[in-house]
Order: sequence, then structure tokens, then C-alpha cells
Amino acid sequence: MASVSLRGIHKKFGPVSVLEKIDLDIEDGEFVVLVGPSGCGKSTLLRSIAGLETIDGGEIRIGDRLVNHAAPKDRDIAMVFQSYALYPHMDVRRNMAFSLNLRKSPAELIAERVSAASAKLGLGSLLERLPKQLSGGQRQRVAMGRAIVRNPKVFLFDEPLSNLDAKLRSTMRTEIKALHQSLKTTSIYVTHDQIEAMTMANRIVVMHDGIIQQVGPPLELYDRPANIFVAGFIGSPTMNFFDAVSQGKSARLGDGSALVLPTGAVVKEGREIVIGIRPEHLRFSGEGLPGRVVVVEPLGMSTQVTLDAAGERVTLMALERPSLAPGDAKSLTARPEDIHVFDRSTGLRLN
Amino acid sequence: MTALAEDIGLLQRQADRRRFIEPWLYLSPALILIFTVLIVPLIIGISYSFRKFSAFHSEYAGLDQYRAMLGDSVLHGALINTAWWTVASLVLQFFLGLGLALLLNRPFHGRRLVQGLVFLPWAVPIFLTGLTWAWLFNPLIGPLPHIFHAIGLQAEPVTILADPATAMWGPIIANVWFGIPFFAITLLAARKAIPSELYEAAAIDGASPWQQFTKVTLPFLAPTIAITVMLRTVWIATFADLIYVMTAGGPAGSTNTIATYIYVSAFKSLDKGYASAIAVLLLVLLIAYALIVIQMRRTLLRDV
Amino acid sequence: MPGQSLFQRIAGQIGLYGAVACYVVFALLPIYWTIKISVTPQDLLYSEGIRLWPSRMTLANYASVLKASDFPRYFLNSIIVSVSTAFIVTVVASFAGYALSRFRFRGKALVSLVLLLTQTFPLVMVIPPIYRIMGQLGLTDNLYGLIIIYTAFNIAFATFLMQSFLDGVPKDLEEAAMIDGCTRLDALRRVILPLTLPGMGATVAFVFTAAWSELLFGLMLINSESQKTFSVGLLTFVGKFAVDWGQMMAASVLALIPVCLFFLFLQRYLVTGLTAGAVKG
Ligand SMILES: Nc1ncnc2c1ncn2[C@@H]1O[C@H](COP(=O)(O)OP(=O)(O)OP(=O)(O)O)[C@@H](O)[C@H]1O
Ligand SMILES: [Mg+2]
Repeated sequence: MASVSLRGIHKKFGPVSVLEKIDLDIEDGEFVVLVGPSGCGKSTLLRSIAGLETIDGGEIRIGDRLVNHAAPKDRDIAMVFQSYALYPHMDVRRNMAFSLNLRKSPAELIAERVSAASAKLGLGSLLERLPKQLSGGQRQRVAMGRAIVRNPKVFLFDEPLSNLDAKLRSTMRTEIKALHQSLKTTSIYVTHDQIEAMTMANRIVVMHDGIIQQVGPPLELYDRPANIFVAGFIGSPTMNFFDAVSQGKSARLGDGSALVLPTGAVVKEGREIVIGIRPEHLRFSGEGLPGRVVVVEPLGMSTQVTLDAAGERVTLMALERPSLAPGDAKSLTARPEDIHVFDRSTGLRLN
Repeated sequence: MTALAEDIGLLQRQADRRRFIEPWLYLSPALILIFTVLIVPLIIGISYSFRKFSAFHSEYAGLDQYRAMLGDSVLHGALINTAWWTVASLVLQFFLGLGLALLLNRPFHGRRLVQGLVFLPWAVPIFLTGLTWAWLFNPLIGPLPHIFHAIGLQAEPVTILADPATAMWGPIIANVWFGIPFFAITLLAARKAIPSELYEAAAIDGASPWQQFTKVTLPFLAPTIAITVMLRTVWIATFADLIYVMTAGGPAGSTNTIATYIYVSAFKSLDKGYASAIAVLLLVLLIAYALIVIQMRRTLLRDV
Repeated sequence: MPGQSLFQRIAGQIGLYGAVACYVVFALLPIYWTIKISVTPQDLLYSEGIRLWPSRMTLANYASVLKASDFPRYFLNSIIVSVSTAFIVTVVASFAGYALSRFRFRGKALVSLVLLLTQTFPLVMVIPPIYRIMGQLGLTDNLYGLIIIYTAFNIAFATFLMQSFLDGVPKDLEEAAMIDGCTRLDALRRVILPLTLPGMGATVAFVFTAAWSELLFGLMLINSESQKTFSVGLLTFVGKFAVDWGQMMAASVLALIPVCLFFLFLQRYLVTGLTAGAVKG
């Protein structure tokens, strides 16, 4: 086990800059999740840590060791690929034992590690099968097994669950989490999936266009997004945004209605801002932002209402079951402390 | 700190150099062989085309050999024969090969066995192909003249190889026999790589089998077709063995192609200079052809 | 397929099997005829006309070919040349194909183009210079000379084949192996190689048959009886005994046996190998 520290990582593919000045410290035993839209450089960053890509600048340390020029095999890491990358010509046992065999570990140790890992992952009865004789979920488990027999310093995961169906995905999510709790190996996990990021991470790293936008525990990112990008990216359904101009202690929206700003916000008079309100923080009330119901979607536990208000499509999540029909006129409001304020030109958080 | 920085710089440069060298390291045996055994002789061969050779010495002759080509009526005949030999062999090989590939892609009883058998001609050594077909056309021991006679193609059961009007068909048929498996194998492999969902989607969209063939199969096979047809054209055009074995260019030069003509001039009449000049002509024609096909394939790949 | 009448289905089946039968007959006729003549006794050759099978059989032609000629010698020479060529080409082309498949480097497009253009070189053009060079190196009338030439002539095509097979092996696998502790060469040997075996089988088959078939270089470079390959030997044999059909056919059948066996063994790799390679392309 070891910490991982990244200092000023740069990476270009030809003229295109894919990673820009990445600084990140990951503590020993931490589970860090990298999220961001497709093409933002998550895989490239992970592969750079693994040594599969050479970086154009910066330092990568695993433990105390500078590994910029170490070959992947010398970095003592294990990686689980999105495609699993199981060796098709080896059965499950040999797939899992491969790295230990390469290291010329003694046979007893290999047998012991493989059986321990397969017991942990419920692969005991599949050891003699070839990858093509396994289901998607089983392949995924073998890929995990191959990583844990190594007992590496760091686990790297590149969207390991994205090829699975929703149900299997949530089971595997729990299993990976449990596995991390028992092994306590430093892990870096790339995903597209909000829920994976929120439920598994000690800390989440949000990336966009090769730049880290914000690093922090899941709830901190959710409650205090550092900029409009993070605010819009984290949370589902996404946060509602309104263009506004500050006026005294409130914000004046496009349609002329006003919302009271939170007390912490330091906003100059007349500044162009963006107001963000999460769907579950919007409420119906007698006065406030006038809107018109477009769609009502009962989800059982909650009801999702889509409205037109202040020239925007607005989503509202209600825990009670309001009796509404499309076309109804309703007013919306939110508590000042639930309102996020961003600068319109820089996108940065103001409160 | 500066020492460390220098270290990193050094390591970085070493890594860069390694990354630069590595692919060339793997390529080098192939490139060295090709360079010494093909490119160097090729250049020497081109230089021969500017010389005149006699039994024991040679002298610089400038463009004489090329000038001689202009008035060489045998060469003109050979050019026409080459075109005819290449186009006829290629078209027949290709369409019969494509047909075979599509047949072998359908399920039927005994397909594995049939596949082994129909690909067999490809394993038969070329000189044997030539000899065997020459024998088949021989009325003394071969059945074909008698069959042709019986169905009225020939007035007398004689070998078609002896008649200047029909002699070229002999090597062409032998070549087709030998070449069908090449097209069938490559096209079958490419056909198997087309996902079956495409056909299912096309069928649901109401495409007839013929439309599925023209709208799905052909566009997908096009890049493979372009490259195999190109390699094959070049190969057939330069290919002298079969004709050499079956007719040696005769009778009366009726099966003389450029390739056999070069071979005969170079070795029978020992006129290496003239043979090389003709070869340069052939080379230029073929490279021009290859570049056109490569360009066409690029356009195709972009469009698909 | 649903939606077809019974009549259409039956007609389709008849057409399918009829077409298959035509191909099989066309492919096998020459081979069959060669075998038939080789076992026909001399006295029946002309008297029986064209029959599908002679009324009596003899193996005398085989016996005299094997006893009276250097065929075992030619045979051995051809095996040496073809096997060595196939082996060397496959190894060299695997490395070259690996470089083209796995690396991006300056000059790559040029290398591919040069390899492709070497396919357009008229063989007959390089024969005189090669003859001279090989003469100076003392490699004429020598099996090594043949092996070197055949190797060089087959490399380009074999490289393209290997490149397409290697393209079919996902890059992830190699990277996984490198993370698991392999160097690049380890990964090549332990992961990629086993997965490209069908492709290598196909390459070996292509090259072996090409080398076994080659005639012109053999004819030009080899003079002495002891170095002749099968093709050269057979052709001189034909020249010498131009009238003894039975013996010629027997010799041809003997020449066919090893390639056909080899080919039947490897042909299943041909299509699977090429398919696997083509999947990605
Ligand atoms: N080998 C390469 N050559 C050139 N550009 C590349 C290469 N690999 C990745 N890129 C580019 O780098 C950028 C980042 O790619 P990367 O694979 O890291 O994205 P990602 O965040 O993992 O996306 P996804 O979520 O879709 O997997 C993309 O714009 C991609 O097009
Ligand atoms: Mg990715």
C-alpha cells in the first residue's frame, strides 16, 4: 500500500493537450474516484499513472518513489480494464496466477493467493473455465481477482462496471466497496456513473477538458460545488440554473421575479450571476418564481415535476405527491441557504 | 536538486530514444532483407537497361535499349497478350472466387470437407499446375479435347495449345483454376467479419437478397477487394512460370507476355540489357497502377 | 428462411449443391486425372481411351520414379528450402507486423508503401542482378541462396498478414500483461503469440506453398543434381522422359502429397486466422 502523488502532470497527443497541470495527492488506503464527461482525460490520467502512457511533464510518485520512467511492471500496481482484458487462452486459474508466475513466486504461495481471492469473489467453481465460457459478471470478477492476488500497492480501475447490466452493476459496486474495506489498498477508480462515484469514493475528482475542476468528499462536492461545471455534473437530475443580476440581497431573474440570496454570498451590485438550485430544494409556494407544469413523473418514492419558469426548463423533485396536471400554473421558491451563486463569466462559486 | 533534475532529463532522453528506436528495431530484419535482395538488385537492374551486353563484356548504351523497344513488334504483341492474359485471368478468378466465398459462407452438409477440397488447387505447385493442365489438354492422354469435340466446340480432338487462336486459353484456365482459392479465402474471411446484425437489420428494412448483397456485402468487402485485386493483378501480370511451362510463349508468339518475353530475352538470348529495359517499362506501368488502386482504396475507406 | 415457398426452398437447395458440386469437380479434375494416369499400366494408356478409371492398376511407375531418379533428393531439398523459408519469413514478418501494428512512428506510412510496392517488382527484372550478386557471394547452386531470395520475396505480404492478425489482438491484453509484470517481449511471447497462432499458421501455409512452388529462381540458380528442388527436378525429368506419361504423373503425385497434406492440415487456420485478423480492420 502506498500514497500516490501527482505534480504538474502534462500530456499531449500531437498538438492536443489532454492533461494540463494535474496536481493530486492520494493518501494511503484512500478510494478516489475520477469522474468527468467523455474525452476529458480520465483514462489518460489513469494510464499515465500505470505507465502505459508517457507523460510530457510533471512527476508521478507512488509511495516515496518517483516512477516517471519506471516500466508498468515495476510500479507495483494492478489495473482492471473496462474490457477486462482477460487472457483468452488461459483458464481462470492461470489468468489469476499469471503475474505471480512471472514473479516466480513459490507454487504454494500462488495456490494460496488464488484460492483466497477466488473464495472472496465466489469464483471457486469456475477456476478451470476459459474466459469465453464466463458471463459478463463472472469475467468482471476474474479481472478483479487477477488484480487482488497481486497484493499491489495501488489498484487502478478504468470503468470496470460499465459493461454490466444495472442490477449486476449495483451488486458489484457493493462488492468492490466491501473489498476495499477489507483490503484497504489505495484505489483510483474511473467512472461515468454518478452513483458509483457518490457511493464508493472517499474523495471524488471532477475533471473537464484535461483540468481538475474540484477534489473533495462526495457530499462536499454535492453541497458546495466549486463552479458551474461541477454543479451541473454532480447530481441527478441535474441542478437548475437561472441567469440573473444581483440586486441588493436578492437576484433578479430574466422574467423580473426575485430570489433572496444566501447570506454568505459576496456579490457586487448589478453583477451578472448564475443561480443554481437542486431539484429537491425547489418547493411550491404561494409566491416566488411563476412557472407552468409541463410533465409530472411519479417515481414512487418521489415525484419529478418539469416546469417552464423564467424561460428555462426546470426540474423539481417533490417527496409528497402533489396533484398536478400539465398546464397548471405554480409558483416556485427555495430557501436562501439552498441557493448556489456563480459568477456568469468565470463560472466560479461566489458563496 | 539540480542533480536530480539532470537525472530526470537524462532518463527522459533515454526513454525518448528507446521509443524512437524500438519499432525500427523490430522492422530492421525485414527491411534489410528487402533492401539487399530486392531494392539493390532492382536498382542494378534499372542500370542494366542503359547498357548493352554481349557474351563477356558490356558497354554503356544510353537510351538505345528503350529506342529499340519502340520498333519491336514482338514486344507490341506481348503487351497486348499481357493485357488480355491479365484481364481475362483476373476477371474469371475474381468472380468465381467471390461466388465460392459466398457459397462457403452458407450452411450445407459437408462444408468443411468441401472447403478443404476446393482450396486444394492453391497448394498445387505452379509448375505442376501448368504441366497437369497441359496434359489435360493433350488429346493422347487428356480428356478435355475429347469432351470439347463431343459437345461441338472443336471439329477435331486436338490440343488448343497448338492453335495460335486458342492457345492463350490454356494458361488462362490453368491460372483461374489455381487462383480461385486465393480470392475465395480472403473474401470469405472478410465476409465472415461482417456482423450478422447488419443483414438482420437490412432484412427487417425489407431488402431483398440481391439488395443485401449490393448494399451490405459489397460495400464492406470493397476495401479487401481493392487490395486483393491489386496484388493479384500485379502478380498475374509479372507471372511467367505458368506460360513458360505450358507453351513457352508459343505457338508463333501467341502466348508471349511481357514477363515471358523478358525471361526468354534474358536467358535464352542473353540480352540482359534489353530484358531490363522491358522490365522497367513493366515496372512503371505496375507502380502507376498500384498507386491508383491505393488511392481508390483510401477514398473507399473514407466513404464507408 | 420464413416467407419462401417450398418450391423456392427446394430450388435454392438444388442450386446450392449443384454449384458446390461444380466447384469441387473443377478443383479436383486435374488432380484426379494425374493420379489416374499414374496408376494406369503403359499398355492400357492409349488403348482404353478416356475412361474414368483404368481396368487394371499398377504402382510400377512409382517404383521406377523412386528407384531410377534423384527424387528423394529433390524432395528433401524442397522440404529444407520451404520449411526454412516459411519459418524465417514468419518470424521476421511477425516482428515487422508487430512494429506496424503497435507503434506510431514517423516513416510508418512510407514503410507500408515501400512494402506494398515491392509486390509490384517484376520478378524477372531482378533475376539477372540477383544472379550476379549471388554468384559473387558464392550462393549460386546452393540452397541458402534460394532460401534468402524466397524469404525476401515473401516478407512483404507476410508482414501485411501478420499486421492484420496482430491488429485483431486487443491492445488492452498487452497492457494488462505489462502491468502484470511482463516486459514488451514477454508480453509478445506469452500473450500475443499464443493468440496469433492461427494467423501464424496461415502465414506459414502461404509461404510454404509459395516456396514449394517456385520455379524460375530455382531453374536459374541451381545446376547440380544434388541441389535441385522438386520443381526444378521435375521439370528436367519431364524434359528427359517426355514420353513416359506414367512416370511423369507418378512423380507429380509424389510432389503433390506433402503440400496437400500440409495444406489440409493448415487450411482450417486460413479462414479463422484471416477472420480474426479482419475483425477490427
Ligand atoms: N492514442 C491517442 N491519440 C490521440 N488522442 C488520444 C489518444 N488517446 C486518447 N486521446 C484523446 O485524448 C482525450 C482524452 O481521452 P481519454 O481516453 O483519457 O478520455 P476519457 O476521459 O477516458 O473518456 P471516456 O470517458 O470516454 O473513456 C480524448 O479527446 C481523446 O480523443
Ligand atoms: Mg476512458
